Formats: sequence, C-alpha cells, structure tokens
Amino acid sequence: MNPIIRFQNVTKRFGALTVLDNFNFEVQRGEKVTLIGPSGSGKSTVLRILMTLEPFQDGLLETDGISYHEPNGRGPFKASEKHLHKIRCNVGMVFQSFNLFPHMTVLRNVVEAPVAVLKMKREEAESRATELLRMVGLSDKKDHFPSQLSGGQQQRVAIARALAMRPRVLLFDEPTSALDPQLVGEVLGVIRDLASEHDLTMLLVTHEMRFAREVSDRVCFFDKGRIVEQGEPERFFSNPQQPRTREFLSSILGEQEPIRESISCAR
Amino acid sequence: MTWTQYLAPLLKGAQVTVMISLASITFGVILAFAAGIARMSSNRFVSGLAFVYIALFRGTPLLVQLFWFYYALPLIGISFDPITTGIMTLSLLTGAFGAEVVRGALLAVPNTQLEAARALNFSKRYTLWHISMPQAIIEMMPPFGNLAIQNLKDTALVSLISIADLTFQAQSMRNITLDSATVYTLTLVGYFIIALCLMLIVRFIEMKLRRGPAFPRGAHT
Repeated sequence: MNPIIRFQNVTKRFGALTVLDNFNFEVQRGEKVTLIGPSGSGKSTVLRILMTLEPFQDGLLETDGISYHEPNGRGPFKASEKHLHKIRCNVGMVFQSFNLFPHMTVLRNVVEAPVAVLKMKREEAESRATELLRMVGLSDKKDHFPSQLSGGQQQRVAIARALAMRPRVLLFDEPTSALDPQLVGEVLGVIRDLASEHDLTMLLVTHEMRFAREVSDRVCFFDKGRIVEQGEPERFFSNPQQPRTREFLSSILGEQEPIRESISCAR
Repeated sequence: MTWTQYLAPLLKGAQVTVMISLASITFGVILAFAAGIARMSSNRFVSGLAFVYIALFRGTPLLVQLFWFYYALPLIGISFDPITTGIMTLSLLTGAFGAEVVRGALLAVPNTQLEAARALNFSKRYTLWHISMPQAIIEMMPPFGNLAIQNLKDTALVSLISIADLTFQAQSMRNITLDSATVYTLTLVGYFIIALCLMLIVRFIEMKLRRGPAFPRGAHT
C-alpha cells in the first residue's frame, strides 16, 4: 500500500538557515507517529509544511497521492490557491496556542468550516458538531465563547473543530505545551481516544514522552533537520541506539520523571 | 442685534455642516474599506492603484484639493455643484486616511488566526470577511472616531467654495454686525456640540461591538 505522506529529499530554508536538509520521511495510512527532538530541530516545520503553512524549496512531497507541486502550475513551489485547497482537504491541524476564533461561540467554531468549505447543511453540521463536542466532553459549553473556557477546554474544542473537517491526516503541534500542568491530562485523554481510530493518520509533535510511548506506533527523533533515529516506541525508549538520542532522552526524562513521581507521592 | 438673533442663520449653517460631514464620513468609510482591502490584495495592480490614491490624498492639502475639484476640473469639462464637490473631496480625504486605519487593523489580527483559517481550508475571501474583519473592526473604532471629528472640522473649508455652512454663516454675520467675539464664540460652541455628538456615536458603536464575552478587552488568544 502507498504511504499517505511521502517526503522525498525535501529541503526547507529560512533565509540562510536550513531547517530541513534533504529530508525523507514516509507515513503509512492510519499510522500514529510522534516527532520528538530539541527545539529548532525541524519537527514543527514538518507539520507546517504538510498543512501548507510554509513553502519548501526543494524536493517532492505528497499526501494521499496529491503532490504539493501543481501539475502544469506556475512553476514548482508556487501552487495556486485552488490546488492548495485540494491538498488541505485531507489534512487537519491542532495548534499549540489553540487558535480558536474569539468572536464565535464554541459551536460556531466547529460548525463554520463544514458549512463554508464542505457546503454542509447547517443543521447537519450542527448535529455533527454537537456529537464531536460530546466526544471531547464539552457538550455543555457549546454556547460559550473561547475566552470563557480554560486552556484545556479550548484545546479540546480545537480538536473537535479539526475533526469536523474529516481529515485523513491530523497534525498536532505541541498540543499541550501551552497548558497548565493540571490541564494536560484532559487533552491527552482526547488524543488517546482518537489514536484508537484505525483510519486516522496522526502526526504528533510533543514533549510528553510517556504519552508518546503509549499512543504511537513509531517515534522519530529529530536533530538538525534530519531524523536521527526512529523506531517502535518500546524499543526506542528502552534501547536508543544513537548517542544523540540517548543524550536527548536522558536530559528530557531526567527532568520529567522525578517530577511526575513526586506528584504521585504527594497524592 | 442680540446674540439670540444670530442663532437662526448659524443653525441653518450648522445643518449644512452636519449634512456634509455625515455624508462624507459615510462615503469616506466605504472608500476606506475598499482602499484598505485593496491595499492588502496580492494583485499588484489593485494594491498599486490603492497606494496611489492614498498617497495623493494624504499628501496634499484639503484646501487645494477643494479648489482643484471646484475650479480646475471644470476646465476639462467636468463640473459639479459646490455641495457635491465638497462631499466628494472630503469623502476622498477621509477615505485615504481611513484606508490606512483599515489596513492597520487587518494587519493587527494575529497571524495564528489566519493559520487556523488556512488549516480549516477557508477561502481567502471568507477568511477576510468572517475571521479577520470581525476582529479588526473593533480595533478600527478609536481611530475612526478621530477621523470623524477631523472630518467635521475640515468641513469648515467648504465655506471657501461658497457653501453656506456654519463657518460661512458665521463669516457673513460678522461682516454685517462686526461682533466678532459673540459670533465666533457661538460658532466654536456649535462645532464642539456637533463633535461631541460624533464622539458619542462612535463610542456607542464601539461599546456595542465590544459587549459580550467574545472580546474581553485587549485579549487575543
């Protein structure tokens, strides 16, 4: 079976800085992949390129068989809005800072895109949105505005909003990094439920190592615009091969684990 | 003549001033949105056209603009009556300054909002009108309030193309009575009262827009 995401020798530069360097990466349909690595290693850029929020300078990329180069387009890397629209039909994204629309109620945040983009009937979109909000545990908040919700609740609305567009690929860009520690759990809970869906392909950038181990089929460690090491989570975390991976894991786990344990002791 | 006898002609002039001001603010705001949005267009020709318009009208004195439309334009066969000329010129001036207000407020919408809109596959047009504009319009209100008052005060210049506005009436009263102190004091009070009304109207619109939980002051998340 063809991979749903395929990066072939993709290079991405911001000015003189090369963020992705001849990057190769494939994701199978339904696979749950976690991207980890130090900040600036290019993992968020991978998601942003997939979402068409960033152009890239060289290489080939396709999602679900659709190339990011427009056939007969205005030259490479200058796809028309129409072509980008087609690509985005398959991809959804959840942002670190939620990015809900502050002037719309929770329900409208979820309903708006299916009605405006997918041309769904409003009643149908609303009943689906209500269902999605129930799934993320927020059916009682549908008439609230984002400013009236906690960060964790806002992020759960953002997940429902992305799901309402029925993406084949869902991207999570550090979905819990902007949250107070006590709110992280509720968001991870929702993502964990989603991970049990077979058809949905998920790419997750996170610093929650324990969670990555639990939900993903594969963990990829990024450093300096390349995947240094990847593998099935049990093996990856228990027996990392590369020195750079070991260094990163010990620095981040060294910080995380004792804190978690002290919390559970306090309880 | 006592000061109460000045009131009738001054009020007549005030009516003309209010009419010209309200009309040119209305057209000016429409022009401001058109030019401000055009400025942000990815189409070079459209944004270039808007740039030239904004630069021309911001960069030249209103008085000279008025004279140009009133005295110079008829020489190439296009002429309007004084009121139309006054409203047109003031609209174009207010529109040019307002365009920068619209553009600035649209640019102030956080980029994260536009990224979320892209991720949801909204079209550019939809994003402008349903995501950016509702958030930007609130930020436009204070500077639009300034422009409205500036516009009102600028209407005084139309007296120089023979429109019988508040300033024009004041001038003729003074020429008859030579009672400068009373006439000009009443005129100032007249302008101030109209300005106060304008401020209250803009403030009222802003309060209406800001009310409710959607926009807690200053918060953009």
